[in-house]
Order: sequence, then structure tokens, then C-alpha cells
Amino acid sequence: MTEHTPLWEVFVRARRGLAHSHVGSLHAPDAELALRHARDLYTRRQEGVSIWVVPASAITASSPDEKDAFFDPAADKVYRHPTFYDVPEGVAHL
Amino acid sequence: MYGSDFPGEDAPGGLLGEVEAAEAALRSAAARDREVAGPDTDLADHFAEIVAADQKIEPRDWMPEAYRRTLIRQIAQHAHSEIIGMQPEGNWISRAPSLKRKAILLAKVQDEAGHGLYLYAAAETLGISRDELVDMLLEGRQKYSSIFNYPTLTWADVGAIGWLVDGAAIVNQVPLCRCSYGPYARAMIRVCKEESFHQRQGYEILHTLAHGTPAQQAMAQDAVDRWWYPSLAMFGPPDGDSTHSARSMAWKIKRFSNDELRQRFVDMCVGQAEVLGLTIPDPELRWNDERQAYDFTQPDYAELMRVISGDGPCNRQRMDHRRRAHHEGAWVREAAAAYAAKQASREKVAA
Ligand SMILES: [Fe+2]
Ligand SMILES: [Fe+2]
Repeated sequence: MTEHTPLWEVFVRARRGLAHSHVGSLHAPDAELALRHARDLYTRRQEGVSIWVVPASAITASSPDEKDAFFDPAADKVYRHPTFYDVPEGVAHL
Repeated sequence: MYGSDFPGEDAPGGLLGEVEAAEAALRSAAARDREVAGPDTDLADHFAEIVAADQKIEPRDWMPEAYRRTLIRQIAQHAHSEIIGMQPEGNWISRAPSLKRKAILLAKVQDEAGHGLYLYAAAETLGISRDELVDMLLEGRQKYSSIFNYPTLTWADVGAIGWLVDGAAIVNQVPLCRCSYGPYARAMIRVCKEESFHQRQGYEILHTLAHGTPAQQAMAQDAVDRWWYPSLAMFGPPDGDSTHSARSMAWKIKRFSNDELRQRFVDMCVGQAEVLGLTIPDPELRWNDERQAYDFTQPDYAELMRVISGDGPCNRQRMDHRRRAHHEGAWVREAAAAYAAKQASREKVAA
């Protein structure tokens, strides 16, 4: 058998106005074939208007083990959310 | 047919309704706040909490080794079944009675290939490679569903497979849409939505035959006679003999026992058979008012074990065909890899 055929992650934009989202993965020797396989595999029923394929090896992911330290900086900045602020009564359009 | 594209049909009940409910539950569980594991949280406790809260375990989360192994085995065998399952129906593509039936059957068999591939992709997230999975099938180290070792003798068998085999698969698979492992649950939601087209096209074939000439009616009845018990056996051995079941339930991989699912399937089929005007080949089949369910004859579990261990009518033929297809496709894979390598080296030179 030949060496491993590369793994690709597939992202599909379901409709105009929506972001691409991850739908699964597949194997293909190159990007062009990965796109064709993705069309046949993940959009047989018009589930998408646009497809991205990304080599799985090109993705760098945060590790769940470092989850706390890694996402901590966001935890103590409640002032980033609009609900943090008291709006005086009678103020409109804010 | 894609459930959500046809509002009003089947909604809110029916199996498609259950698939949609599972999808909604998946979304709402994801939206619920969850304690983020602190640095001192015990990983096993954290895993147990997520499962208890009906949330999903994702590929890079810590999980017990036995959970990982159980899932790899189950998802891989499921994938192999979809792939081998293309053969009995593929047998009739070239002989379908009309162009319409041929186009439908082609689309259905292509869907089964797709199901196999979604499932292989889900299994790979657990840290096993596609090549290993394929090898395990080709070398007979992993099994596939016993049902695909029965022959398709007539065109009516294509109808009976859609109605009974895909029907039993749906009853088995709908609860898997709520499985605790995220990639498997998501793949099953996709698969189940596609399966309802499979079941309906089979039912339509049988309905047409059952309302045709006496010879067509007889052909439809004969197919149901041969596929009924093997379909019941698809749910696996009776609960008393089923290994691993309790643990899989605790991990929320499995939600109902084999016998519960088998009963649900029988109860669904009785009314459907009446509309077809065909007879389920079981003289003991009758409504039990006390249990609010049908009493029925169990399939021959000794036969199930024989077929699983390799001694069914078509085991050897199915495996030979799969191995041949794999080997005869080798040059395509090699050519595609060589082309990709050449393009990549040209790009390097150009850069
Ligand atoms: Fe399938
Ligand atoms: Fe199917």
C-alpha cells in the first residue's frame, strides 16, 4: 500500500450569510481532490454553497489540559459584556 | 429526503422527529454552562460530570481508555457495515426495473458509502488511522452486521431491505444521535436524516409489487418471509446474553437494550405490513393488551452467532468482493498520490 493519504478537515457554509462550520473530515491526496470528495460526501443534498478543505496537519489546536490557564484571561473581564453596565432610566438607543 | 426540508411531514413525532429532538438537545446541552475543569480537578471526575450532564465528550478531552476502545470498536464495525452493506443492493443496480428505480438505488447505495465515510472519520478522531481500520476489516479482525451476509435473490429484496433492514437500522441508530461522544452523535444525526429516504423508497417498492400482479405479490411476500427474522436479529443477542451492554449504558453510548429496540421495531412494522397487504411470517404475532406491545417469535440466535462467526450464506463472497475492490483500486490511489507529489514539487520549483 502507498503511504498514508493526507487527512483534510471540511468546513461548509450552509447558506449565504452563515459562517463556514466544521462538518467532518476525509482523506485525499491533494486539495483539488479533497474539494471534490467533500462535495460528494458532505453536500449530496445541497447542504452547502461553499466548502473549505484544510489539511488536518496545518491546524494548531489549544489543548484541553491547558484549558484553564489558556482561557482564563477572558474570565475576569466581565466589562467586555454590555450587561456589565447600568443604563440610567429613560436612555434610549443604547 | 431531508426531514427539515419538508415541514409538516412527520413533525413533531416519528423517528425523524426524534432525530431533530436529539439535535436540539445537543445544541441546548452545549449552551448550558459547565464547570470548567480547574487544574486540580480529577480528570475521571470531570469526564463523569460531563456524561452525567448529558453533554458531549470531544476528541481532545480526557476519557477512560476502555471508553475509547469501546467506541473505536463500535464505530468501526458500524462503518464496515455501511461499506459491506452496499453489496447486496449493488447487485440489483444494473437490473433495476426502470431508469427511475435505478437512479434512486444508485443514490441510496452512494449514501451508504457516505455513511461509512462519516463513521470512519468519527472513529479516526479517537486516534486510530483509516488504514488500520480498513486493514482490520480486510483481515477479518473486525466484524460487520450479520444482515449483509444474506443474498438478494429478487428485485423485491431491494424493497424488503429498504423497509426492514434500513428500518431496523434507524430504530437502532436514532438513540445513537444522543450518544455521549460528540463526533459519533453528530455523524449519527446526519446518517439518520438520510436513512428515512432509504426506508421509504424500500417501502414504496414493496407497496408497488404488493399491489401488482399475483406473481409480483408473491415475490414481495417471499422477500418479506426471508428478511423478517434476519432483520430482528440485527438488534443483537437477547439482553441476558449481551456483553458490555451495562457499561455502554452507563457511559451513555447506548440508551436502550437490544430487546427494547427489537420490540419497538416489531410494534412499528405490524401496521406498516397491514398497509402493504403483506404478512409478517410469524404465527405467534399478536397484540398483548397487558404489555401494550406485540408478542412475537424471537429470531434464531444460534443462526445469528453462526453468521457473525463467518458461516452465513454470503460471508466469503462479501469479503472476497471487498478485498478485490480494494486491490483493484490500488492503482488509482497510487496514481493520485504520484500526481499530487508531482504538483507539489512543481510548486516548490516555481516558488
Ligand atoms: Fe446507512
Ligand atoms: Fe440506509
